Amino acid sequence: MKMLTGILTPTSGSVRVVGRDPSRQRTRLARDIGVVFGQRTTLWWDLPLRDSLSLTRHLYRVPADVHAERLAELTELLELEPFLDTPVRQLSLGQRMRGDLTAALLHAPPLLVLDEPTIGLDVVSKSTIREFLLRINRERGTTILITTHDLGDVERLCDRVIVIDKGRLAFDGGLPELRATVPTPRVLVVDLAAPAPAIEVEGAVTVRVDGPRQWLELADNPARVISRVTAGHEVADLTLREPDIEGVVSALYRGAAPNESRV
Amino acid sequence: MADTLSTRRWGLPAPLRDLAREPRTYARLAWTWTRAVAQYPMALSLFTLGVTLASLAEMGAVVVVFAHAGTLAGFTVYEGLLVYALAAFSFGAAQLLTGSVDRLGEHIRTGSFDTMLVRPVSPLVQLAADQFSPRRFGRIVPALVVLVVALVMCDIDWTLERILMLPVLLASGVVICTSVWLIAGCLQFFATDAREAANSVTYGGQALTEYPIAIYGRGLVRSVTYVVPLAFVSWQPALHLLDRPDPTGLPGFLRFLGPVVAVALALVAAQVWRFGLRRYRSTGS
Repeated sequence: MKMLTGILTPTSGSVRVVGRDPSRQRTRLARDIGVVFGQRTTLWWDLPLRDSLSLTRHLYRVPADVHAERLAELTELLELEPFLDTPVRQLSLGQRMRGDLTAALLHAPPLLVLDEPTIGLDVVSKSTIREFLLRINRERGTTILITTHDLGDVERLCDRVIVIDKGRLAFDGGLPELRATVPTPRVLVVDLAAPAPAIEVEGAVTVRVDGPRQWLELADNPARVISRVTAGHEVADLTLREPDIEGVVSALYRGAAPNESRV
Repeated sequence: MADTLSTRRWGLPAPLRDLAREPRTYARLAWTWTRAVAQYPMALSLFTLGVTLASLAEMGAVVVVFAHAGTLAGFTVYEGLLVYALAAFSFGAAQLLTGSVDRLGEHIRTGSFDTMLVRPVSPLVQLAADQFSPRRFGRIVPALVVLVVALVMCDIDWTLERILMLPVLLASGVVICTSVWLIAGCLQFFATDAREAANSVTYGGQALTEYPIAIYGRGLVRSVTYVVPLAFVSWQPALHLLDRPDPTGLPGFLRFLGPVVAVALALVAAQVWRFGLRRYRSTGS
Protein backbone atom coordinates (compact mmCIF):
# COMPACT_ATOMS: atom_id res chain seq x y z
CA MET A 1 0.00 0.00 0.00
CA LYS A 2 2.77 2.39 0.90
CA MET A 3 4.59 1.64 -2.30
CA LEU A 4 1.44 2.24 -4.31
CA THR A 5 1.05 5.68 -2.81
CA GLY A 6 4.74 6.54 -3.18
CA ILE A 7 5.55 6.61 0.53
CA LEU A 8 8.10 3.85 0.16
CA THR A 9 10.57 3.32 -2.62
CA PRO A 10 10.58 -0.34 -3.69
CA THR A 11 13.92 -2.07 -3.25
CA SER A 12 13.26 -4.08 -6.39
CA GLY A 13 10.53 -4.40 -8.99
CA SER A 14 8.37 -1.60 -10.32
CA VAL A 15 4.90 -0.19 -9.75
CA ARG A 16 2.55 1.85 -11.94
CA VAL A 17 -0.44 3.64 -10.44
CA VAL A 18 -2.82 5.54 -12.73
CA GLY A 19 0.02 5.52 -15.23
CA ARG A 20 2.65 6.95 -12.88
CA ASP A 21 5.64 5.68 -10.99
CA PRO A 22 4.63 6.40 -7.38
CA SER A 23 8.04 6.89 -5.81
CA ARG A 24 9.31 9.16 -8.58
CA GLN A 25 6.13 11.16 -9.15
CA ARG A 26 4.68 11.01 -5.68
CA THR A 27 3.53 14.63 -5.55
CA ARG A 28 1.91 14.47 -8.96
CA LEU A 29 0.29 11.14 -8.16
CA ALA A 30 -1.11 12.52 -4.93
CA ARG A 31 -3.35 14.77 -7.01
CA ASP A 32 -4.89 11.77 -8.80
CA ILE A 33 -5.54 9.55 -5.84
CA GLY A 34 -7.39 9.91 -2.58
CA VAL A 35 -5.88 8.10 0.37
CA VAL A 36 -7.46 7.25 3.71
CA PHE A 37 -5.55 5.50 6.45
CA GLY A 38 -8.10 4.01 8.80
CA GLN A 39 -5.89 4.37 11.84
CA ARG A 40 -4.86 7.98 11.46
CA THR A 41 -6.51 11.14 10.36
CA THR A 42 -5.45 13.86 7.96
CA LEU A 43 -7.83 16.31 9.61
CA TRP A 44 -6.81 19.11 11.96
CA TRP A 45 -7.53 17.91 15.45
CA ASP A 46 -8.44 21.24 17.00
CA LEU A 47 -10.29 22.84 14.12
CA PRO A 48 -13.83 22.35 12.87
CA LEU A 49 -14.16 19.71 10.15
CA ARG A 50 -15.16 22.42 7.70
CA ASP A 51 -11.77 24.17 8.10
CA SER A 52 -9.77 21.03 7.38
CA LEU A 53 -11.85 20.43 4.28
CA SER A 54 -11.34 23.93 3.00
CA LEU A 55 -7.60 23.63 3.58
CA THR A 56 -7.71 20.46 1.49
CA ARG A 57 -9.11 22.55 -1.31
CA HIS A 58 -5.98 24.71 -1.29
CA LEU A 59 -3.58 21.81 -1.01
CA TYR A 60 -5.16 20.13 -4.02
CA ARG A 61 -5.81 23.42 -5.83
CA VAL A 62 -9.50 22.83 -6.44
CA PRO A 63 -11.41 25.89 -7.74
CA ALA A 64 -13.74 27.34 -5.10
CA ASP A 65 -17.01 26.76 -6.95
CA VAL A 66 -16.14 23.15 -7.84
CA HIS A 67 -15.14 22.57 -4.23
CA ALA A 68 -18.40 24.00 -2.90
CA GLU A 69 -20.40 21.80 -5.25
CA ARG A 70 -18.53 18.61 -4.32
CA LEU A 71 -18.63 19.43 -0.63
CA ALA A 72 -22.39 19.90 -0.80
CA GLU A 73 -22.76 16.56 -2.56
CA LEU A 74 -20.53 14.67 -0.13
CA THR A 75 -22.15 16.40 2.84
CA GLU A 76 -25.47 15.02 1.71
CA LEU A 77 -24.21 11.52 0.89
CA LEU A 78 -22.26 11.10 4.11
CA GLU A 79 -24.61 13.13 6.30
CA LEU A 80 -21.89 15.47 7.50
CA GLU A 81 -24.14 18.44 8.13
CA PRO A 82 -24.63 17.93 11.90
CA PHE A 83 -20.91 17.98 12.68
CA LEU A 84 -19.32 20.12 9.96
CA ASP A 85 -18.62 22.85 12.51
CA THR A 86 -17.51 20.56 15.33
CA PRO A 87 -13.79 20.39 16.13
CA VAL A 88 -12.41 17.10 14.85
CA ARG A 89 -11.22 16.03 18.29
CA GLN A 90 -14.86 15.86 19.42
CA LEU A 91 -16.02 13.62 16.57
CA SER A 92 -16.75 9.94 16.99
CA LEU A 93 -14.58 7.52 15.06
CA GLY A 94 -17.31 6.93 12.49
CA GLN A 95 -17.85 10.66 11.98
CA ARG A 96 -14.13 11.24 11.66
CA MET A 97 -13.85 8.49 9.08
CA ARG A 98 -16.61 10.10 7.05
CA GLY A 99 -14.70 13.39 7.34
CA ASP A 100 -11.50 11.72 6.16
CA LEU A 101 -13.31 10.12 3.23
CA THR A 102 -14.67 13.52 2.25
CA ALA A 103 -11.19 15.04 2.45
CA ALA A 104 -9.86 12.29 0.21
CA LEU A 105 -12.61 12.75 -2.38
CA LEU A 106 -12.91 16.52 -2.71
CA HIS A 107 -10.43 16.60 -5.57
CA ALA A 108 -12.45 13.86 -7.34
CA PRO A 109 -9.64 11.34 -7.74
CA PRO A 110 -10.20 8.47 -10.17
CA LEU A 111 -8.63 6.13 -7.63
CA LEU A 112 -9.46 5.94 -3.95
CA VAL A 113 -7.01 4.01 -1.77
CA LEU A 114 -8.37 2.88 1.58
CA ASP A 115 -6.21 1.25 4.21
CA GLU A 116 -8.45 -0.47 6.76
CA PRO A 117 -11.23 2.11 6.51
CA THR A 118 -13.68 0.25 8.72
CA ILE A 119 -11.28 -0.67 11.51
CA GLY A 120 -12.84 -0.17 14.91
CA LEU A 121 -16.14 1.13 13.55
CA ASP A 122 -19.57 0.17 14.82
CA VAL A 123 -21.96 -1.79 12.60
CA VAL A 124 -24.02 1.22 11.55
CA SER A 125 -21.01 3.33 10.57
CA LYS A 126 -19.52 0.41 8.69
CA SER A 127 -22.63 -0.09 6.64
CA THR A 128 -22.99 3.66 5.95
CA ILE A 129 -19.45 3.70 4.64
CA ARG A 130 -19.89 0.55 2.57
CA GLU A 131 -23.08 1.90 1.01
CA PHE A 132 -21.32 5.14 0.23
CA LEU A 133 -18.35 3.40 -1.37
CA LEU A 134 -20.60 1.25 -3.53
CA ARG A 135 -22.41 4.34 -4.62
CA ILE A 136 -19.41 6.42 -5.66
CA ASN A 137 -18.02 3.38 -7.40
CA ARG A 138 -21.24 2.96 -9.36
CA GLU A 139 -22.11 6.58 -10.00
CA ARG A 140 -18.76 8.25 -10.41
CA GLY A 141 -16.80 5.25 -11.57
CA THR A 142 -14.21 5.83 -8.86
CA THR A 143 -11.93 2.82 -8.60
CA ILE A 144 -11.60 1.72 -5.01
CA LEU A 145 -8.59 -0.14 -3.72
CA ILE A 146 -9.18 -1.34 -0.20
CA THR A 147 -7.10 -3.32 2.26
CA THR A 148 -9.01 -4.84 5.08
CA HIS A 149 -9.08 -7.57 7.63
CA ASP A 150 -12.84 -7.23 7.81
CA LEU A 151 -14.07 -9.86 5.38
CA GLY A 152 -17.53 -8.34 5.55
CA ASP A 153 -16.03 -5.42 3.60
CA VAL A 154 -14.77 -7.86 1.00
CA GLU A 155 -18.05 -9.70 0.59
CA ARG A 156 -20.01 -6.50 0.40
CA LEU A 157 -17.73 -4.42 -1.80
CA CYS A 158 -15.20 -6.25 -3.86
CA ASP A 159 -15.28 -7.45 -7.44
CA ARG A 160 -11.69 -8.49 -7.43
CA VAL A 161 -9.92 -9.97 -4.44
CA ILE A 162 -6.19 -10.31 -3.94
CA VAL A 163 -5.02 -12.36 -1.01
CA ILE A 164 -1.48 -11.75 0.10
CA ASP A 165 0.14 -14.15 2.52
CA LYS A 166 3.52 -13.25 4.00
CA GLY A 167 4.29 -10.94 1.09
CA ARG A 168 3.37 -13.49 -1.55
CA LEU A 169 0.36 -13.38 -3.78
CA ALA A 170 -1.91 -16.19 -2.67
CA PHE A 171 -4.95 -15.40 -4.80
CA ASP A 172 -6.07 -12.88 -7.42
CA GLY A 173 -9.56 -13.08 -8.89
CA GLY A 174 -13.26 -12.63 -8.26
CA LEU A 175 -15.17 -13.67 -5.17
CA PRO A 176 -16.85 -16.73 -6.77
CA GLU A 177 -13.47 -17.93 -8.09
CA LEU A 178 -12.00 -17.43 -4.65
CA ARG A 179 -14.73 -19.63 -3.22
CA ALA A 180 -14.11 -22.25 -5.87
CA THR A 181 -10.35 -22.30 -5.33
CA VAL A 182 -10.54 -23.73 -1.90
CA PRO A 183 -12.56 -26.87 -1.36
CA THR A 184 -14.63 -25.73 1.60
CA PRO A 185 -17.71 -27.93 1.41
CA ARG A 186 -21.16 -26.74 2.27
CA VAL A 187 -22.38 -27.93 5.59
CA LEU A 188 -25.83 -29.29 6.38
CA VAL A 189 -26.89 -28.68 9.95
CA VAL A 190 -29.53 -31.18 11.04
CA ASP A 191 -31.62 -30.81 14.18
CA LEU A 192 -33.05 -34.20 15.05
CA ALA A 193 -36.12 -34.71 17.19
CA ALA A 194 -33.96 -36.54 19.74
CA PRO A 195 -30.21 -37.10 20.29
CA ALA A 196 -28.94 -39.93 18.13
CA PRO A 197 -25.64 -41.46 17.06
CA ALA A 198 -23.87 -39.86 14.07
CA ILE A 199 -25.96 -40.05 10.93
CA GLU A 200 -24.49 -42.21 8.21
CA VAL A 201 -25.74 -41.42 4.74
CA GLU A 202 -24.24 -41.59 1.30
CA GLY A 203 -22.75 -38.35 -0.04
CA ALA A 204 -22.05 -36.71 3.33
CA VAL A 205 -19.78 -37.09 6.32
CA THR A 206 -20.91 -36.24 9.80
CA VAL A 207 -18.22 -34.06 11.27
CA ARG A 208 -19.73 -33.06 14.58
CA VAL A 209 -22.51 -34.18 16.93
CA ASP A 210 -23.85 -32.02 19.75
CA GLY A 211 -26.99 -33.45 21.40
CA PRO A 212 -29.73 -33.55 18.79
CA ARG A 213 -27.75 -31.29 16.42
CA GLN A 214 -25.39 -32.75 13.80
CA TRP A 215 -23.12 -31.18 11.19
CA LEU A 216 -22.73 -32.96 7.85
CA GLU A 217 -20.16 -31.94 5.25
CA LEU A 218 -21.69 -32.41 1.83
CA ALA A 219 -19.92 -34.14 -0.98
CA ASP A 220 -23.05 -34.71 -3.03
CA ASN A 221 -26.05 -32.69 -4.20
CA PRO A 222 -27.66 -31.30 -1.02
CA ALA A 223 -31.23 -32.18 -2.08
CA ARG A 224 -30.34 -35.82 -2.42
CA VAL A 225 -28.52 -35.89 0.92
CA ILE A 226 -31.44 -34.17 2.60
CA SER A 227 -33.92 -36.70 1.26
CA ARG A 228 -31.70 -39.54 2.44
CA VAL A 229 -31.39 -37.97 5.90
CA THR A 230 -35.12 -37.33 6.26
CA ALA A 231 -35.87 -40.85 5.05
CA GLY A 232 -33.95 -42.42 7.90
CA HIS A 233 -34.40 -39.92 10.74
CA GLU A 234 -37.03 -37.75 12.33
CA VAL A 235 -35.81 -34.20 11.55
CA ALA A 236 -36.95 -31.09 13.42
CA ASP A 237 -35.00 -28.55 11.41
CA LEU A 238 -32.47 -28.25 8.58
CA THR A 239 -30.03 -25.48 7.65
CA LEU A 240 -27.68 -25.39 4.73
CA ARG A 241 -24.55 -23.28 5.32
CA GLU A 242 -22.58 -21.72 2.50
CA PRO A 243 -18.88 -21.50 3.23
CA ASP A 244 -18.20 -17.88 4.22
CA ILE A 245 -15.34 -15.95 2.81
CA GLU A 246 -13.60 -15.99 6.15
CA GLY A 247 -13.36 -19.77 6.05
CA VAL A 248 -12.10 -19.65 2.49
CA VAL A 249 -9.38 -17.12 3.27
CA SER A 250 -8.20 -18.90 6.37
CA ALA A 251 -8.09 -22.16 4.39
CA LEU A 252 -6.03 -20.30 1.83
CA TYR A 253 -3.63 -19.07 4.50
CA ARG A 254 -3.26 -22.57 5.90
CA GLY A 255 -2.13 -23.59 2.46
CA ALA A 256 -5.08 -25.87 1.76
CA ALA A 257 -5.34 -24.57 -1.78
CA PRO A 258 -3.18 -26.22 -4.42
CA ASN A 259 -2.91 -22.94 -6.28
CA GLU A 260 0.84 -22.50 -6.39
CA SER A 261 0.61 -22.82 -10.16
CA ARG A 262 -1.56 -19.70 -10.37
CA VAL A 263 1.06 -17.42 -8.91
CA MET B 1 1.00 22.98 -17.16
CA ALA B 2 0.53 21.51 -13.74
CA ASP B 3 2.52 18.56 -14.96
CA THR B 4 5.64 20.51 -15.88
CA LEU B 5 5.37 22.48 -12.67
CA SER B 6 5.48 19.45 -10.44
CA THR B 7 8.19 17.74 -12.46
CA ARG B 8 10.33 20.79 -12.01
CA ARG B 9 9.63 20.84 -8.33
CA TRP B 10 10.96 17.32 -8.11
CA GLY B 11 14.15 18.31 -9.82
CA LEU B 12 14.88 21.12 -7.37
CA PRO B 13 18.11 20.81 -5.47
CA ALA B 14 17.43 23.00 -2.45
CA PRO B 15 14.62 22.56 0.03
CA LEU B 16 14.85 26.26 0.68
CA ARG B 17 13.94 26.96 -2.89
CA ASP B 18 11.16 24.50 -2.42
CA LEU B 19 10.03 26.69 0.42
CA ALA B 20 10.29 29.75 -1.76
CA ARG B 21 8.16 28.10 -4.41
CA GLU B 22 5.40 27.16 -2.09
CA PRO B 23 5.23 30.16 0.21
CA ARG B 24 1.49 30.40 -0.18
CA THR B 25 1.00 26.83 0.86
CA TYR B 26 3.35 27.40 3.74
CA ALA B 27 1.51 30.54 4.79
CA ARG B 28 -1.82 28.74 4.52
CA LEU B 29 -0.62 25.83 6.66
CA ALA B 30 1.01 28.16 9.18
CA TRP B 31 -2.21 30.13 9.45
CA THR B 32 -4.21 26.94 9.95
CA TRP B 33 -1.88 25.87 12.76
CA THR B 34 -2.06 29.33 14.26
CA ARG B 35 -5.83 29.07 14.39
CA ALA B 36 -5.51 25.58 15.87
CA VAL B 37 -3.27 26.76 18.72
CA ALA B 38 -5.47 29.83 19.17
CA GLN B 39 -8.21 27.41 20.26
CA TYR B 40 -6.39 27.47 23.56
CA PRO B 41 -5.79 31.21 24.02
CA MET B 42 -4.65 30.95 27.64
CA ALA B 43 -2.00 28.36 26.87
CA LEU B 44 -0.86 30.33 23.84
CA SER B 45 -0.42 33.59 25.76
CA LEU B 46 1.36 31.88 28.65
CA PHE B 47 3.69 30.06 26.26
CA THR B 48 4.45 33.27 24.38
CA LEU B 49 5.11 35.07 27.65
CA GLY B 50 7.34 32.21 28.78
CA VAL B 51 9.39 32.24 25.58
CA THR B 52 9.75 36.01 25.76
CA LEU B 53 10.86 35.90 29.40
CA ALA B 54 13.35 33.15 28.60
CA SER B 55 14.94 35.25 25.84
CA LEU B 56 15.04 38.28 28.12
CA ALA B 57 16.75 36.18 30.79
CA GLU B 58 19.38 35.01 28.30
CA MET B 59 19.95 38.59 27.30
CA GLY B 60 20.18 39.61 30.94
CA ALA B 61 22.84 36.95 31.43
CA VAL B 62 24.90 38.46 28.60
CA VAL B 63 24.64 41.90 30.20
CA VAL B 64 25.58 40.57 33.65
CA VAL B 65 28.58 38.64 32.33
CA PHE B 66 29.92 41.65 30.47
CA ALA B 67 29.19 44.02 33.35
CA HIS B 68 31.37 41.89 35.60
CA ALA B 69 34.13 41.19 33.15
CA GLY B 70 34.18 44.64 31.53
CA THR B 71 35.26 43.22 28.21
CA LEU B 72 35.32 39.65 26.91
CA ALA B 73 37.74 38.79 24.12
CA GLY B 74 38.00 42.54 23.59
CA PHE B 75 34.24 42.95 23.23
CA THR B 76 32.34 45.58 25.21
CA VAL B 77 28.84 44.95 26.50
CA TYR B 78 27.09 46.38 23.42
CA GLU B 79 29.40 44.49 21.12
CA GLY B 80 28.61 41.39 23.11
CA LEU B 81 24.92 42.10 22.75
CA LEU B 82 25.44 42.47 19.00
CA VAL B 83 26.88 38.95 18.86
CA TYR B 84 24.04 37.70 21.01
CA ALA B 85 21.36 39.39 18.93
CA LEU B 86 22.77 38.12 15.64
CA ALA B 87 22.72 34.57 17.00
CA ALA B 88 19.31 34.88 18.63
CA PHE B 89 17.76 36.42 15.54
CA SER B 90 19.09 33.73 13.20
CA PHE B 91 18.08 30.86 15.43
CA GLY B 92 14.75 32.51 16.24
CA ALA B 93 13.94 32.99 12.58
CA ALA B 94 15.01 29.44 11.71
CA GLN B 95 12.88 28.10 14.51
CA LEU B 96 9.93 30.26 13.54
CA LEU B 97 10.05 29.01 9.96
CA THR B 98 11.06 25.38 10.34
CA GLY B 99 10.98 24.74 14.07
CA SER B 100 9.05 21.51 13.78
CA VAL B 101 11.60 19.75 11.64
CA ASP B 102 13.12 18.33 14.80
CA ARG B 103 9.85 16.52 15.48
CA LEU B 104 10.31 14.36 12.41
CA GLY B 105 10.91 11.26 14.52
CA GLU B 106 7.61 11.76 16.28
CA HIS B 107 5.81 12.06 12.94
CA ILE B 108 7.49 8.91 11.69
CA ARG B 109 6.55 6.98 14.81
CA THR B 110 2.92 8.04 14.81
CA GLY B 111 2.55 7.64 11.04
CA SER B 112 1.56 11.25 10.47
CA PHE B 113 4.57 11.61 8.18
CA ASP B 114 2.84 9.15 5.85
CA THR B 115 -0.19 11.39 5.65
CA MET B 116 2.09 14.28 4.63
CA LEU B 117 3.55 12.15 1.86
CA VAL B 118 0.20 11.41 0.24
CA ARG B 119 -0.64 15.08 -0.19
CA PRO B 120 0.35 16.90 -3.37
CA VAL B 121 2.49 19.36 -1.41
CA SER B 122 6.16 19.05 -0.53
CA PRO B 123 6.41 17.14 2.76
CA LEU B 124 9.17 19.54 3.76
CA VAL B 125 6.78 22.48 3.54
CA GLN B 126 4.23 20.57 5.58
CA LEU B 127 6.78 19.50 8.13
CA ALA B 128 8.24 22.99 8.45
CA ALA B 129 4.81 24.54 8.93
CA ASP B 130 3.68 21.80 11.28
CA GLN B 131 2.65 23.07 14.71
CA PHE B 132 3.50 26.61 13.64
CA SER B 133 2.84 28.79 16.63
CA PRO B 134 2.93 32.56 17.10
CA ARG B 135 4.64 31.97 20.42
CA ARG B 136 7.88 31.62 18.46
CA PHE B 137 7.72 35.37 17.87
CA GLY B 138 8.49 35.63 21.57
CA ARG B 139 12.07 34.75 20.71
CA ILE B 140 12.63 36.69 17.53
CA VAL B 141 11.02 40.02 18.48
CA PRO B 142 13.21 40.69 21.56
CA ALA B 143 16.24 39.60 19.50
CA LEU B 144 15.40 42.14 16.81
CA VAL B 145 14.97 44.91 19.37
CA VAL B 146 18.34 44.15 20.94
CA LEU B 147 19.93 43.91 17.49
CA VAL B 148 18.75 47.42 16.61
CA VAL B 149 19.91 48.80 19.98
CA ALA B 150 23.32 47.12 19.64
CA LEU B 151 23.77 48.33 16.05
CA VAL B 152 23.04 51.88 17.18
CA MET B 153 25.21 51.79 20.31
CA CYS B 154 28.25 50.06 18.82
CA ASP B 155 30.88 52.09 17.11
CA ILE B 156 30.25 50.88 13.58
CA ASP B 157 31.69 52.56 10.54
CA TRP B 158 28.57 52.52 8.33
CA THR B 159 30.08 52.36 4.88
CA LEU B 160 27.75 51.58 1.98
CA GLU B 161 29.24 48.10 1.80
CA ARG B 162 28.38 47.42 5.45
CA ILE B 163 24.84 48.72 5.05
CA LEU B 164 24.31 46.41 2.09
CA MET B 165 26.05 43.54 3.79
CA LEU B 166 23.90 43.60 6.93
CA PRO B 167 20.78 42.00 5.42
CA VAL B 168 22.96 39.52 3.51
CA LEU B 169 24.71 38.48 6.73
CA LEU B 170 21.39 38.15 8.54
CA ALA B 171 19.89 36.09 5.74
CA SER B 172 22.97 33.87 5.63
CA GLY B 173 22.71 33.35 9.37
CA VAL B 174 19.07 32.31 9.04
CA VAL B 175 19.87 29.94 6.17
CA ILE B 176 22.77 28.38 8.07
CA CYS B 177 20.64 27.85 11.18
CA THR B 178 17.76 26.46 9.15
CA SER B 179 20.09 24.05 7.35
CA VAL B 180 21.73 22.86 10.56
CA TRP B 181 18.24 22.45 11.99
CA LEU B 182 17.13 20.43 8.97
CA ILE B 183 20.22 18.22 8.87
CA ALA B 184 19.87 17.52 12.57
CA GLY B 185 16.19 16.73 12.04
CA CYS B 186 16.98 14.35 9.17
CA LEU B 187 19.03 12.20 11.53
CA GLN B 188 15.64 11.01 12.73
CA PHE B 189 15.05 9.31 9.40
CA PHE B 190 17.71 6.86 10.51
CA ALA B 191 17.22 6.87 14.27
CA THR B 192 13.78 8.08 15.23
CA ASP B 193 14.92 8.80 18.77
CA ALA B 194 17.77 11.04 17.70
CA ARG B 195 15.97 14.22 18.69
CA GLU B 196 18.00 14.83 21.85
CA ALA B 197 21.27 14.16 20.09
CA ALA B 198 20.23 16.56 17.36
CA ASN B 199 19.21 19.18 19.88
CA SER B 200 22.70 19.20 21.36
CA VAL B 201 23.86 20.58 18.03
CA THR B 202 20.94 22.94 17.46
CA TYR B 203 20.27 24.37 20.89
CA GLY B 204 23.85 23.76 22.00
CA GLY B 205 25.06 25.58 18.92
CA GLN B 206 22.72 28.42 19.66
CA ALA B 207 24.04 28.84 23.20
CA LEU B 208 27.57 28.72 21.85
CA THR B 209 27.11 31.42 19.25
CA GLU B 210 25.47 33.84 21.65
CA TYR B 211 28.89 34.80 23.00
CA PRO B 212 32.02 35.94 21.14
CA ILE B 213 33.46 32.53 20.36
CA ALA B 214 37.00 33.74 20.98
CA ILE B 215 36.30 33.01 24.66
CA TYR B 216 36.24 29.29 23.87
CA GLY B 217 39.20 27.04 23.11
CA ARG B 218 40.93 26.95 19.74
CA GLY B 219 39.61 23.49 18.89
CA LEU B 220 36.03 24.58 19.42
CA VAL B 221 36.51 27.75 17.40
CA ARG B 222 37.90 25.75 14.52
CA SER B 223 35.18 23.13 14.62
CA VAL B 224 32.37 25.71 14.57
CA THR B 225 34.13 27.43 11.70
CA TYR B 226 34.99 24.46 9.54
CA VAL B 227 32.80 21.56 10.65
CA VAL B 228 29.42 22.87 11.80
CA PRO B 229 29.85 26.40 10.48
CA LEU B 230 27.98 28.22 13.22
CA ALA B 231 30.73 30.84 13.49
CA PHE B 232 29.21 32.40 10.39
CA VAL B 233 25.94 33.03 12.19
CA SER B 234 27.11 35.63 14.70
CA TRP B 235 30.85 35.70 15.23
CA GLN B 236 32.21 36.37 11.74
CA PRO B 237 29.41 38.87 10.91
CA ALA B 238 30.10 40.74 14.16
CA LEU B 239 33.82 40.88 13.34
CA HIS B 240 32.97 42.33 9.97
CA LEU B 241 30.50 44.91 11.23
CA LEU B 242 32.88 46.02 13.99
CA ASP B 243 35.88 45.90 11.64
CA ARG B 244 37.95 43.80 14.05
CA PRO B 245 40.80 41.47 13.28
CA ASP B 246 40.02 37.89 14.30
CA PRO B 247 41.50 37.45 17.81
CA THR B 248 41.73 33.69 17.25
CA GLY B 249 44.04 34.22 14.32
CA LEU B 250 41.86 32.68 11.61
CA PRO B 251 42.15 34.32 8.19
CA GLY B 252 40.34 37.63 7.75
CA PHE B 253 38.59 36.74 4.47
CA LEU B 254 36.45 34.19 6.34
CA ARG B 255 34.04 36.93 7.35
CA PHE B 256 33.02 37.43 3.73
CA LEU B 257 32.28 33.76 3.23
CA GLY B 258 28.99 33.74 5.19
CA PRO B 259 26.73 33.71 2.10
CA VAL B 260 28.85 31.05 0.38
CA VAL B 261 28.75 28.86 3.47
CA ALA B 262 24.99 29.39 3.71
CA VAL B 263 24.35 28.27 0.13
CA ALA B 264 26.69 25.29 0.45
CA LEU B 265 25.12 24.18 3.69
CA ALA B 266 21.62 24.56 2.25
CA LEU B 267 22.63 22.28 -0.63
CA VAL B 268 24.00 19.73 1.80
CA ALA B 269 20.79 19.93 3.83
CA ALA B 270 18.74 19.37 0.67
CA GLN B 271 20.75 16.31 -0.24
CA VAL B 272 20.47 14.91 3.27
CA TRP B 273 16.72 15.45 3.21
CA ARG B 274 16.29 13.75 -0.15
CA PHE B 275 18.54 10.91 0.85
CA GLY B 276 16.57 10.44 4.05
CA LEU B 277 13.26 10.56 2.21
CA ARG B 278 14.39 7.90 -0.24
CA ARG B 279 15.60 5.68 2.57
CA TYR B 280 12.43 6.25 4.57
CA ARG B 281 10.95 2.95 5.75
CA SER B 282 7.78 4.11 7.46
CA THR B 283 6.38 2.18 10.42
CA GLY B 284 3.84 -0.62 10.51
CA SER B 285 2.32 -1.93 7.32
